[in-house]
Amino acid sequence: MKKYLSFFKIRFLNGLQYRTAAYAGVATQFAWGFMSLLMFSAFYKTKPEAFPMEFSQVSSYIWLQQAFLALYMVWFLETDIFLAISNGNIAYELCRPIDLYNMWYAKNLASRFSKAVLRCLPILLIAFFLPRPYGLSLPENTITLLAFLLSMSLGVLVVIGICMLIYIATFYTLSPMGVRIVAISFIDFFSGAVIPLPFLPDKTRIVLQLLPFASMQDIPFRVYCGHITGLDRVIGILLQLFWLVFLITLGKFFMKKALKKIVVQGG
Amino acid sequence: MRLYLKYLSIHLKSQMQYKTSFLLTLLGQFWSSFAMFLGIYFMFSRFQSVEGYTYSQVLLCFAIVLMAFSLAECLVRGFDTFSVIISNGEFDRIMVRPRNEMFQVLASKVELSRLGRLIQATIILLYALPSSGIVWTFPKILTLILMVFGGIAVFSGLFVVYASLCFFTIEGLEFINIFTDGGREFGRYPFSIYGNNVLKFFTFIVPLALFQYYPFLYLIGKVTNPLYMLTPILCFFFLLPCYFLWRLGVSHYKSTGS
Repeated sequence: MKKYLSFFKIRFLNGLQYRTAAYAGVATQFAWGFMSLLMFSAFYKTKPEAFPMEFSQVSSYIWLQQAFLALYMVWFLETDIFLAISNGNIAYELCRPIDLYNMWYAKNLASRFSKAVLRCLPILLIAFFLPRPYGLSLPENTITLLAFLLSMSLGVLVVIGICMLIYIATFYTLSPMGVRIVAISFIDFFSGAVIPLPFLPDKTRIVLQLLPFASMQDIPFRVYCGHITGLDRVIGILLQLFWLVFLITLGKFFMKKALKKIVVQGG
Repeated sequence: MRLYLKYLSIHLKSQMQYKTSFLLTLLGQFWSSFAMFLGIYFMFSRFQSVEGYTYSQVLLCFAIVLMAFSLAECLVRGFDTFSVIISNGEFDRIMVRPRNEMFQVLASKVELSRLGRLIQATIILLYALPSSGIVWTFPKILTLILMVFGGIAVFSGLFVVYASLCFFTIEGLEFINIFTDGGREFGRYPFSIYGNNVLKFFTFIVPLALFQYYPFLYLIGKVTNPLYMLTPILCFFFLLPCYFLWRLGVSHYKSTGS
């Protein structure tokens, strides 16, 4: 455990170096969130009764999405892992007395965490002070907040579980670009990054909300804005837990299989 | 021009060496814009219209913006990855060659897998052309073509601005993405739906609305004044300040020395 913790620490501190990039990111994400909200408000003005949730809930959803972009978007992948697989450096990693899956997992967690730490606060703060219904509203009570924090952590762990599968898939294809782009754009849509899942038609939505992709960001954000409460909330969190265990088991299984037949491409 | 075609064929050949990768990237590009289309589709199956624009009208708008963007990205991709050229010292080599720097950067990279988006845009356009209920007279077809070319001009200009700023910052500035990727993403809907201030911004500062909103009004018959048809031509003037910024950047250039 200790060695994975130190991997986490190294990555985390390393990630904190890139401050200017983070500030530029904040500005971009703020503008992005703002434009998305204006778009939703245009739809809201056209037909308010068709809105699946309250407008202020949508605002919270969007701002959380922008603030925690680095935590939840699949495309923040570690390029050096892809490089290690395709240029053969993975051989060195395999020599170390550590579990590769756990190490990569810790690395991913750390770099996402450091990116998010730098980016989230300014966005959350500004969004919080925007006039209603465009701003980020506070969760209703402490229980909602606690449930959100739990669900949010589970969400991040699920995201990395999915990313691990993408890395492992590169063992088989060796060309990271293709798999990556296809996977990312699929997952983006299914996780609610293109439009929040509640906006989808009922049948599609019910199926999508059971898939692991909804466990990434959709469930935590809906917990926060009070769109799911009570029993639904508990079920949502249990669903996240289920997918987390499932993804990690699957990932470890395929990793083992891939490593057994791995061919290192020259030196 | 002949030299450019030569470069183009080299790029084509080199990318065809990795066929599976090329195809998958193409597919990925296709799917990623398909997700944007699904976004529009599902929003409209819930709301039917937005501020008086119908589904097929918005699709038409989306297809035009996507088409302009993908063509621009395909052609001026060299500027998009310019921060690499600057930081690895490649630009020193470019400067000593007896050709225009801009041309060399332009030809340094042509990414054909970006055409995945173009295929998508074409399909949607083919669907939206008849179903939007527009009678396609000659002026309207001309407007459509002007819109696409105007769009290529604005997006290319933005890529050049992005590259020029690299002269001053070495790193690429993520902020410009709001106008390039954001322009593509939010240009799905006519800019007027974002409110008056946003529309003004995209008219006078970053002229995305000049090729997207105003001629679009003419296209769908909301206005009949033919002046609206010609607004995409104004987009080409946007290239002038972009070019000056580039010149300023080149004269300011200090090698990173690596």
